Amino acid sequence: MSDKEIINANETPILKDVIKGAFGSSTTAGDTSGFGGLVTTIQATPSAQRPYGSYFDAIADALEKALPSQKLTFEQAIERVVVQVDQLTFMVKREHLKAVAKVLRDEPELRFEMCMGVAGAHWPKEKNRELHAIYPFVSITTNRRVLLEVVAPESNPHIPTITDIYPSNNWHERETYDFFGIIFDGHPSLTRIEMPDDWVGHPQRKDYPLGGIPVEYKGAVIPAPDNRRGYRG
Amino acid sequence: MSTDIFSGSYETTQGRVYTLSGGDWDTVLGAPSGERERIVVNMGPQHPSTHGVLRLILELDGETVTEARCGIGYLHTGIEKNMEFRSWVQGTTYVTRMDYLSPIFNETAYCLAVEKLLGITEQVPERANTIRVMLMELNRISSHLVALATGGMELGALTAMTNGFRDREVILDLFEMITGLRMNMAYVRPGGVAVDLPAGAEKKITETIKLLRKRFKDNFNILVDNSVWTARTKDVGVLDLTGCMALGITGPVLRSTGLPWDLRKTQPYCGYENYDFNVITEKTSDTYGRFLIRMREMNESLNIVEQALTRLKPGPVMVEDKSIAWPAQLALGADGLGNSLDHIRKIMGQSMESLIHHFKLVTEGFKVPAGQAYVAIESPRGELGALVISDGGTKPYRVHFRDPSFNNLQAVGPMGEGGQISDIVAAVASIDPVMGGVDR
Repeated sequence: MSDKEIINANETPILKDVIKGAFGSSTTAGDTSGFGGLVTTIQATPSAQRPYGSYFDAIADALEKALPSQKLTFEQAIERVVVQVDQLTFMVKREHLKAVAKVLRDEPELRFEMCMGVAGAHWPKEKNRELHAIYPFVSITTNRRVLLEVVAPESNPHIPTITDIYPSNNWHERETYDFFGIIFDGHPSLTRIEMPDDWVGHPQRKDYPLGGIPVEYKGAVIPAPDNRRGYRG
Repeated sequence: MSTDIFSGSYETTQGRVYTLSGGDWDTVLGAPSGERERIVVNMGPQHPSTHGVLRLILELDGETVTEARCGIGYLHTGIEKNMEFRSWVQGTTYVTRMDYLSPIFNETAYCLAVEKLLGITEQVPERANTIRVMLMELNRISSHLVALATGGMELGALTAMTNGFRDREVILDLFEMITGLRMNMAYVRPGGVAVDLPAGAEKKITETIKLLRKRFKDNFNILVDNSVWTARTKDVGVLDLTGCMALGITGPVLRSTGLPWDLRKTQPYCGYENYDFNVITEKTSDTYGRFLIRMREMNESLNIVEQALTRLKPGPVMVEDKSIAWPAQLALGADGLGNSLDHIRKIMGQSMESLIHHFKLVTEGFKVPAGQAYVAIESPRGELGALVISDGGTKPYRVHFRDPSFNNLQAVGPMGEGGQISDIVAAVASIDPVMGGVDR
């Protein structure tokens, strides 16, 4: 089944990014191509409609059946279901992440024994949903995979930790805190892991510069990579 | 003056000078009250037996380790951030430098994720997939050989070290012949591989397999019943299945508990389902079991390489889609590997359109549809996951690598606590962390 057949066409799209111009130039004067006025919008992958295909329906069914044990319904805990490139992603409301993770681990039909960490992503223009945390899970019993995705606003970058359910996420959450400034509430020792302890800022946020210096070669100056003109959109 | 109790400071004409002073712990903490002496030893980050710049913070009671913690980050180079400013193809040159002992795996994981987003997984030519499998398995051998070599050296088995590096060298020679580089080759590209096998490669690979089979037997015999080796490794660094599950441990460490979890078998990619090989397991859960697994996996890898050789059929090594495939064929010239002269002749002398196409694709790159993909493959150290996010542009929006070394290092505490300092060395060696992958 192609992705197009399962998307929900009636949904209001979530705007993730707006890109102006075509060559990454911050001023229209620097762009002589005529594409300076081009506006490209980037939308989140629309949510999926049943049937999701593959084993995804079985996972969703099991989750729906098991969530009441956490005093939750599927609709309360799961914001959207996204199926893209043969992968099932549950967008989970952050306050219910722990409950969903617990069900994923404990429910006999789900049995996702391992969490493969967490990765952050920063979408500065996605209003009140700037910070994303993506958790891949794998089940050895059923040989299945699923992803959870949680969003948090930049102004309140808190997501509950799941280290008490999946201890392996300890370092991964520290890494995501280090690079994105997402605060995992309840983490036993949420400190920086890659950057020095006294580092200021969270380097993998999009508003954090890459750094680097312009290089001069035979009179021509080549700007640092993040200041170069490059094709966008 | 600073009010920091640990360091006073004063101004000079050269700037502010800080005086760090020790010996004031009594005033800071009060007199020690415990009966036992507690020593905290900092092992690394510059220590020959910590596999690069791993820092171990060990709390000791005599020779016994009561608490072990890792300090990492000394090799963090911001690869993931850097990739956001380069094209999708240039990304391969970055990921290959993460876990520098298994570059082909990094490239393949990344390229599989990009191909998934592009929707061209099915279009990757069979020959490209076969070459990928072949190089991955050769790379697995070279990586396991380093694990064995450095692990042996750390435990005092220097012959294992010299043998391991000697044997790895013949594989690096193969890599050099095929890709042009011994390490960090950026050979696997989205859509296929950079260049087809050179003339004579298959013959040389066959010869190398024959040579390695003999040498592996010798290497195996040196250590397998060696009383010093078994004394240092048996029942050392034990982590049972429950511990592995809780800590997300994959790879040889997980298989040493008896669980045959190998993504090549369970969730095949690149056509691994067509190869006949065994998943090696042991039931000992200790360093010795992991050593045996690596030894036997190398033989399995040789089998896979042999099968790949027979499966190699002439054909393209890059997708047909000209909007993705690299426009130039590489050729070996007097000054090294570069664009083929035929191609240069065509774009410079014959076809303006080809020149434009080449220029656009090389400088600007291709677009990848917006979305995110997580792809996991079985690297020599466990599950190597690549999470790739695209915003529809010509550069990755975000790339995250779930490196097995990073995750598995969390097991140093559970494996080493309660043992002796020397056992920590064996335990770390059996995890086989590569700091380039840990810190990225």
